[in-house]
Amino acid sequence: MADTPQKVVSRPLSPHLGIYRWPITMATSIVHRMTGVALAGSTLLVAWWLIAAASGPEAYDFFGSIAASLLGQLVLFGFVWSLAYHLVNGIRHLAWDFGYGFAPSTANKTGVLVFALSLLLAVGAFALVYLGKGGYYQ
Amino acid sequence: MSSLETPLHKVQGLGSAHSGVKHFWRQRVSAVALIPLTVWFAISALGLVGAREASALYFLADPLNAVLMGTFMLISLYHMALGLQEVITDYIPHEGFKLILMVLNTGFAFTVAAACVVALLRIAI
Repeated sequence: MADTPQKVVSRPLSPHLGIYRWPITMATSIVHRMTGVALAGSTLLVAWWLIAAASGPEAYDFFGSIAASLLGQLVLFGFVWSLAYHLVNGIRHLAWDFGYGFAPSTANKTGVLVFALSLLLAVGAFALVYLGKGGYYQ
Repeated sequence: MSSLETPLHKVQGLGSAHSGVKHFWRQRVSAVALIPLTVWFAISALGLVGAREASALYFLADPLNAVLMGTFMLISLYHMALGLQEVITDYIPHEGFKLILMVLNTGFAFTVAAACVVALLRIAI
């Protein structure tokens, strides 16, 4: 019957995400997903670059001026770091797929390594450009 | 214990997700392909920083570079569509909204892929 009082059962709930101390493996996992979504947006940047190149010097210079602006450089750094992170952490994921590196101590170490290496690659790429070592194909 | 599953359903082993390991494998194989392609893209992009249009055209008009750039973008977009599909199914419980996002995801991948291919063909041919 509809009006039969339902007995309230207090079922156990799993602890909310917010109470956990964040282990590095948790951070590397969600950042992998976030950089993946960011890279999905970045496909538009590469497409814009290719279309600009196909459209003539004016369109290409416009792309270049936006890319060289402060906002453009910030976006490009985000793109470059996301690409580096997703690449390096992707290799870590592939190692896991083959069964390597699952021990918590190993996963923690490779997690730190992924953050450090991806930052090094991104900063290194920008350093090369700002030191005038980029643009070797012109 | 008896089961309501048909022998065919059992042997396919697909469960409630209605699909097997196809998605998993495609994502992994495209990931492996993208490792050398990303390294090539990074080296190429660094080499073209600050270049005038003529230099970029000279680089992209080389058939090898045009094919590598096209392959990089197409496999990237394929890998992207697989990844975004996973994100959508993880976070969107509403079936209708999920379906719309899945269609948009596929449409986005094909549109960007077409734009890149058209641009590369205009440059390289």
